[in-house]
Amino acid sequence: MTPFQRYLVTKTIWFLIAFAVALVANFLLIRLIPGNPVDAIMAQLAAGGSATGEAMKNIYESYMAEFGLDKPLWQQFFIYLGNLARGDLGVSFARSPARVQELILQSLWWTLALQLPAILIGWIVGNVLGALSAYRKGWLDKTVFPVSLFISAMPFYCLSIILLFVFAVYWKLFPSGGGYGYDMNPALNWAFVSSAAQHYVLPFLSLVLVFIGGQAVGMRAMSIYELDADYVRYSRGLGVNDNNIVRYIFRNAMLPQVTGLALSIGFMVSGALITEIVFSYPGLGTLLFASIRLNDYSVVQGITLIIMIMVLIANFAVEIAYGFIDPRIRAATTGER
Amino acid sequence: MAATPQSAGEIGPRGERLGSLYYNTRKVASALNPRFYFSLIVMLLIIGFAIFGPIILGRDDPLITVGGLYDSPSREAWLGTDNFGRDVFTQLMYGTRTSLLIGFLAGIVATAIGLVIGTVAGFRGGNTEEGLMAITNVMLTIPSIVILILISLALNNRSLIVMGFIIGVVSWPWTARAVRAQTSSLKMREHVDIARLAGAGTLQIIVWEIIPFMLSYVVMAFVLQLSAGILQEATLSMLGLGPSDTVSLGIMLQWALLWESVRTGAWWAFVPPALLLTLIAFSLLLLQASIDEIFNPRLRRS
Repeated sequence: MTPFQRYLVTKTIWFLIAFAVALVANFLLIRLIPGNPVDAIMAQLAAGGSATGEAMKNIYESYMAEFGLDKPLWQQFFIYLGNLARGDLGVSFARSPARVQELILQSLWWTLALQLPAILIGWIVGNVLGALSAYRKGWLDKTVFPVSLFISAMPFYCLSIILLFVFAVYWKLFPSGGGYGYDMNPALNWAFVSSAAQHYVLPFLSLVLVFIGGQAVGMRAMSIYELDADYVRYSRGLGVNDNNIVRYIFRNAMLPQVTGLALSIGFMVSGALITEIVFSYPGLGTLLFASIRLNDYSVVQGITLIIMIMVLIANFAVEIAYGFIDPRIRAATTGER
Repeated sequence: MAATPQSAGEIGPRGERLGSLYYNTRKVASALNPRFYFSLIVMLLIIGFAIFGPIILGRDDPLITVGGLYDSPSREAWLGTDNFGRDVFTQLMYGTRTSLLIGFLAGIVATAIGLVIGTVAGFRGGNTEEGLMAITNVMLTIPSIVILILISLALNNRSLIVMGFIIGVVSWPWTARAVRAQTSSLKMREHVDIARLAGAGTLQIIVWEIIPFMLSYVVMAFVLQLSAGILQEATLSMLGLGPSDTVSLGIMLQWALLWESVRTGAWWAFVPPALLLTLIAFSLLLLQASIDEIFNPRLRRS
């Protein structure tokens, strides 16, 4: 096996282990709810009088049957795995008879369309800005560094709230919430697309600005380290062209940034979920918020599982990309995972 | 600074330890930069605001009604009232207190767990290291907010202590990783060999020969964990899973969103908590960066 193949195999095994841990955690933690989730929701429904006796009986029976909550824990776990394998996440407690996977699929696309471009664009712009400000110093560094530091320290939701207030409420430049106009249905026509685009601007901006800030701060620090390295002095002494030196620096400083991206995806996603809530954007975050308020445990559990899987996959993709761009991994496997 | 020249100059039974502390103190004093002072003073002001504010102003309950729905700022309510007619300024003081306490507790718990796991893994090496780092890396890839959501759902009554504790329990892997890397390199130093030859046990070496030499890293890790803990608490609160029967900065934001203060233009209900959270996170980050600069001369630029 070449070192690169060994790297791929190791990473795949790690991914599978983390995936298994995520499945078990998601299964066990929801069962920490005193009694069991079905009894808990039944008690609340009965107290609130929001469901008729017939509907309650249906939900109760379908849940007991689907999850086998009267069986021992290990059997429940296999039932849970079996349901997952069929892509079935059960029925929503609060919005029965809607299935959890239907609710999640409706919101998943909105979340992906918001977060993927924000993370990618934020990463690229942030790194270029960070490397430039480290290399050029002067006024660029004096403005980029403090501004990036401030923005990256800003919790996503604080920036979101302020953008929402300034641009949507005070100046009324953009709509103040939702994913598209209230009077529309999702369809592929000009009116819908332009309305969706208008609703997209503010949530996207609040995510991308924070990503750019965070990446720029990290890249600047990395580049300063590299600027001081012996190979830079040596190349300068040899009279190597400045542009080439910047290329060396960028390539070396970028590697820890890629690792940083893999490690921070979880934080980014959790911050982005709250951004959706601020803008009532019809993604997973808003669905999660509504489900927590309704004590809709089955939907919450489905969303937490989907988030874990998304983060794990993103992580895995970044690690594989790292294997492609790090020459040391192509040459030999290194000790540090 | 904590160590005065007299006490730092003493040579104890472990001469080199005090010596290094003395050296560090001098280095710190010569390199203290305006950023460090700025962030430290801002943090102290915020802590003072949270602890002494309610006492000085005699506000003993943030949850009593003093006015109507979203009254604008006035002489009585400096920052207006919230959706239930409660005084926003009073809530801000108590909310900051709650957020700081939870963050502080989370930081202590996370740093302690990370320190134990990191030093043991780095010092023991071999299978112990492999095993502990495997757990750490898996914990790192699973988003902690998800675990926090699931745990918080199960807890009907979430006290400050419980919140701080669970946030700390899920956030240690970052510290453990950094500490392990430091320990692996520190254990190769000569003074560790000497201690080993003198018959010191593992625990003794870790406590006296390893941890003192990476204190600056531990302090930086703690500051980061403190800031991350405050933000995690705010995230949970905004999802409706914050501490019960109290007010925190995140809970204030959640109320403001739920009761449409943003869209009705009641800025006083959400701008102050949002700005205060940002200010806390910013000054903690600046504090961490300036400590880094003090101990890491390569980051200093003329």
